[in-house]
Amino acid sequence: MKKVLALTMALALVAASFAGCGKSASTATTAAAETTAAAGETAAEGVGTVKIGMSGPLTGRASAYGLAVRAGMEVAVEEINAKGGLQIEFKAEDDEADGEKAVSAYNALKDWGMQVMAGQVTTGSALAVAPESVADNMFNLTPSASAEALALTGDNIFQMCFTDPNQGASAAELVSTKYAGAKVGVIYDSSDDYSTGLYNGFKTKAAELGVEVVATTSFTADSKADLSTQVTQCQNAGADLVFLPIYYTEASQILTYASRISYAPKFFGCDGMDGILTVEGFDTSLAEGLVLMTPFDANASDEATQSFVTKFKAKMDGLVPNQFAADGYDVIYAIYDALTAANITGDESASEICDALKAQFATMSVDGLTGSGMHWDENGMISKAPAAVVVENGVYVPMA
Amino acid sequence: MKIIQYLINGISIGSVYAIIALGYTMVYGIAKMLNFAHGDIIMVGAYISFCVTNYLGLPVVVSILAAMAVCTALGMLIEALAYKPLRGTPSLAVLITAIGVSYFLQNAAQLIWSSSPKNYTSVVTFQPLRLAGGQLVITGEVIVTIIASIVIMVGLTWFTGKTRTGKAMRAVSEDREAAELMGISVNKTISTTFAIGSALAAIAGVLLCSTVPTLQPTTGSMPGIRAFTAAVLGGIGSIPGAMLGGILLGVIETFSKAYLSPQFSDAIVFGVLIVILLVKPAGLLGKQVQEKV
Repeated sequence: MKKVLALTMALALVAASFAGCGKSASTATTAAAETTAAAGETAAEGVGTVKIGMSGPLTGRASAYGLAVRAGMEVAVEEINAKGGLQIEFKAEDDEADGEKAVSAYNALKDWGMQVMAGQVTTGSALAVAPESVADNMFNLTPSASAEALALTGDNIFQMCFTDPNQGASAAELVSTKYAGAKVGVIYDSSDDYSTGLYNGFKTKAAELGVEVVATTSFTADSKADLSTQVTQCQNAGADLVFLPIYYTEASQILTYASRISYAPKFFGCDGMDGILTVEGFDTSLAEGLVLMTPFDANASDEATQSFVTKFKAKMDGLVPNQFAADGYDVIYAIYDALTAANITGDESASEICDALKAQFATMSVDGLTGSGMHWDENGMISKAPAAVVVENGVYVPMA
Repeated sequence: MKIIQYLINGISIGSVYAIIALGYTMVYGIAKMLNFAHGDIIMVGAYISFCVTNYLGLPVVVSILAAMAVCTALGMLIEALAYKPLRGTPSLAVLITAIGVSYFLQNAAQLIWSSSPKNYTSVVTFQPLRLAGGQLVITGEVIVTIIASIVIMVGLTWFTGKTRTGKAMRAVSEDREAAELMGISVNKTISTTFAIGSALAAIAGVLLCSTVPTLQPTTGSMPGIRAFTAAVLGGIGSIPGAMLGGILLGVIETFSKAYLSPQFSDAIVFGVLIVILLVKPAGLLGKQVQEKV
């Protein structure tokens, strides 16, 4: 009796699975007939889909970066998919700017079927994932993780932003040309790779160019609750320009305290400062006159920038895109250009795609929102011209 | 002149530590437990005050009162739910529970307010004091924090020394069973202690964020640990000790940042703590209690 039952059940199952097959096949045909251009159905035309993943802080102290990068990437993906041809399936995971969480995010994306990694947003996360992506030979183009050590980890890792020492060095160049004779104070985060890298690049170049550094002070992740001493040290040393190679959260604290004691030097930040105007409750008048290095200016009048700004604003409730958003956008386009140039169809494994992209990135040159003629050296580090903006009336204005 | 400015900076952050340490020390002195969630109640207080002023547009005084009310209720709730059932169990169990409550509060805050930092607008509006031709600046926050910490210290000393509830608290602190036999409700007394400690935490939160404007779910944890250190330095359980410990810690921290090394300032602060505890194991003003075997 049991055997008969088992047999019937098995038959029923087989029948059901056949039924399932027929059904899905028929729906697919009708769908394809109705909307040939719909994404996902393009397989019928012989063009495939590539799965691109990224991880970044979508919550947490650095969430302004992660959310901006994700939205910038989404704008690019939507544009590309609307064109027809090679399609991109995109997924972002939250890593809260934490190395351990970034590795879990990387594994989650691999389980999802990721073929190309559009990077980690923060340096710490990127460094944590780097050994894994090298072992997997997973192509990894980071929008904003800028440690020099990162690109050197493996030949599959490329950067869309400057390395920290390179950015620090160009900051020193800008200071020496725009603010000749300034007495410079520096406050950096000695427990952070990004900040220390910028500081080292700045220090070396400043010494070379004869920039007078009158005070250098630092803080650590554990002692950043109170930064008043560091500000006082710069003031006591008579610094009239304070270089802040740090993130915007701590910078907003420094600006607040400096205004309380009426200390008003020129504050000069790097790309980590981008986001300071969006801190909830922050009095943006305190940031008036702040200079920060950023390769992207949302006020630029060229068509590409304006079209991006409009689409980004529609996606993010009117938020003006920052440099991170533009980096994210450029990352997707750089990957897409390389994928199409290499005739990738999406059926290849992650490792095969990686080898093809490496060959493309060695020779290609990209024009994007964050610069034109951007190209990569043999280590995967980018070269493009540095630019800076000044905060005036609560918005960025290109530095004269 | 520079050295005096650093001293002022040190006293400024030190008096914030002192207010937090007062809450720590009071709960420890009476309930004999380390409430590691104290730092996070501070954070909740600051968020409540931030929301009341920024979202409801109410005056600062109302926001402070609202923060105190919410924190008092929260403190009593935590005590009733998490600590009361563990009374009589080894103190290690309560300690671990307190750490759990601390994580719970941080994550709940992250859910409610997200972890993006907010910039807390200082509740102090008057202009900084300028001395010696503008070379010395004493900000309004420093003055308010120091006055508040002194008022709280004196108030607590008076309260525990003179009032009926205060006397009951000291009785519970000295011998819980004997106090119960004398007709004191131990549960009620400890609950009151938590209520007062949490109300103080709300004030500490407002003053901490007025001094250091960045407000995020982890805002309370590092100052909380420092304040705990300050309480131990001054002699945990001693009210003037918490005040002294807090100010000392702030000053040592600032001086080591300014003159020795910002990277090693923590190592220096905790090094001093170790030396002091080696010489005076009960802390600077702590009472050496003989354990009867």
